[in-house]
Amino acid sequence: MSVVPAPRRTASAEADALLTTAHPVRTGWSVLPARMVALCIVELQKIRHDRSEIYSRAIQPLLWLAVYGETFTKIHAIPTGNTPYLDYLAPGIIAQSAMFIAIFYGIQIIWERDAGVLTKLMVTPTPRAALVAAKAFASGAKAVIQAVVVLIMAALLGVGMTWNPLKLLGVLLIVVLGSGFFACLSMSIAGIVLTRDRLMGIGQAITMPLFFTSSALYPISVMPGWLQPISRINPLTYEVNGLRALLIGSATNLPLDLGVLAGSAVLAVAVASMLMPRLVKG
Amino acid sequence: MTTESAETTETAEIPALEVTGLVYAYKQNRAVDGIDLRVAPGSVYGLLGPNGAGKTTAIRAITTLLPIPAGMVRVFGRDPARDQMGVRRSLGYVPQQLSADQGLTGRENVTNFARLFDVPRSVRAAKVERALDAVGLLDVADRMASAYSGGMVRRLELAQALVSSPRLLILDEPTIGLDPIARDSVWKHIAEVRAATGMTVLVTTHYMDEAEEHCDRISLMHQGRIQAVGSPEELIASLPDSRRDAASLEDVFRYYSGGAGLDEAVEGGMRDVRSTRATANRVR
Repeated sequence: MSVVPAPRRTASAEADALLTTAHPVRTGWSVLPARMVALCIVELQKIRHDRSEIYSRAIQPLLWLAVYGETFTKIHAIPTGNTPYLDYLAPGIIAQSAMFIAIFYGIQIIWERDAGVLTKLMVTPTPRAALVAAKAFASGAKAVIQAVVVLIMAALLGVGMTWNPLKLLGVLLIVVLGSGFFACLSMSIAGIVLTRDRLMGIGQAITMPLFFTSSALYPISVMPGWLQPISRINPLTYEVNGLRALLIGSATNLPLDLGVLAGSAVLAVAVASMLMPRLVKG
Repeated sequence: MTTESAETTETAEIPALEVTGLVYAYKQNRAVDGIDLRVAPGSVYGLLGPNGAGKTTAIRAITTLLPIPAGMVRVFGRDPARDQMGVRRSLGYVPQQLSADQGLTGRENVTNFARLFDVPRSVRAAKVERALDAVGLLDVADRMASAYSGGMVRRLELAQALVSSPRLLILDEPTIGLDPIARDSVWKHIAEVRAATGMTVLVTTHYMDEAEEHCDRISLMHQGRIQAVGSPEELIASLPDSRRDAASLEDVFRYYSGGAGLDEAVEGGMRDVRSTRATANRVR
């Protein structure tokens, strides 16, 4: 028993070239974008196979715009200067819809962990950061589809928005950054709490506070004094401000908004990547 | 005969897998307690033991999913503690759970893995076709994976692992929960793929009959340790004369585990059992 014996079922004489030829694997900076594209394609394929999520997710922003927005526009309860409240609200609803998609992304990660999908992905030559960034980017892709739906609805409701293609591209960039941040926040929490039930509870506990402490529904200036500093550290505020500046021309510091969003997204990718191995440690 | 390290392996080749004194503990529970393995290139190596014996933990350490110190594991000479990406590039891995993405077609599932392993676009479609063909799923490649039977999902996962041309294919309980016909089908395709590629296969199972029939070499694992190593014939031959007549691997396991049969030797906690049952239920 001292020698490892030759395999009993020897390989066929003609090895299958297609299955045996190894290919050089990407290294360096190109890994991240390549993996992001690969995983994003997967998300888009899933959306193509099952569009029900897009339709069902369109209901809530429609209600916010058509019911809440129209009503508050009529009663002039919220001071928005010369801007009609519906116009003021539309960018907030885009940001809110994107956040609602992203904030439960951690549940998807936990589901994928339980199903073995994540475990298998983590044994591919994909850096943790690329996996997290790809997931964040994929949630951004979903959020972009959602944003387009909200923009169409807002246009139908008569919201006076820009149709400048560059500004609309900026809108999509902000949506991707904001969505990426919240997806990473959710994945980070998933890496800490490790179970779906706990994450569901935490997700529900933080979603509404994030929404109501941002400038999505009303200007920061009308918030109580104690709430204003909280609103200023809420990334959703910067996302809404950026969207508002690009879509309806509100005065804001756009580079600051973009900087905060990009910085938050990078930081969130780093934190989520650090916590990701906890999910598969078992 | 108790561990692989007791043997001196004379092959001059770099082993496909070399594990030396692997230890891994979940808090107080030492799931893997100093195992040694040496897997020859081109062989089918079975890690056999009951649920909770430490097989999956060992596999997770080998596949870079668990952090382990340098020097404990080498895959074709590469240490996962030092060269994680290099090790991953040489691995094809099918975890215990049914891990194919149910929201995609069979072809999309395989193509996605081809992209993740940088299979060039020029050969990607052909390679995906060949991998699907190798596991007998080409005719149903464009159906959603959610419409596949448990055995077909297992074969799809095999195709996902194959498309990157791995040097070491690791299968964690590949036939768990499958009916006998599906089990045979999965093993038939594993054997065919091996015949076509000559790749090394490391497989965990708690089915003694499968290990006996399909593995060139087996390590019997119990309570985180390897109790015996050898080919099925060698393991049976190692039993005392009085126990050898009509003996099976079950008898070998009973002998080396101090009397416990596989059914009684379920060592995992509720989590292990729940995970195994969940996979079995999804397969049905």
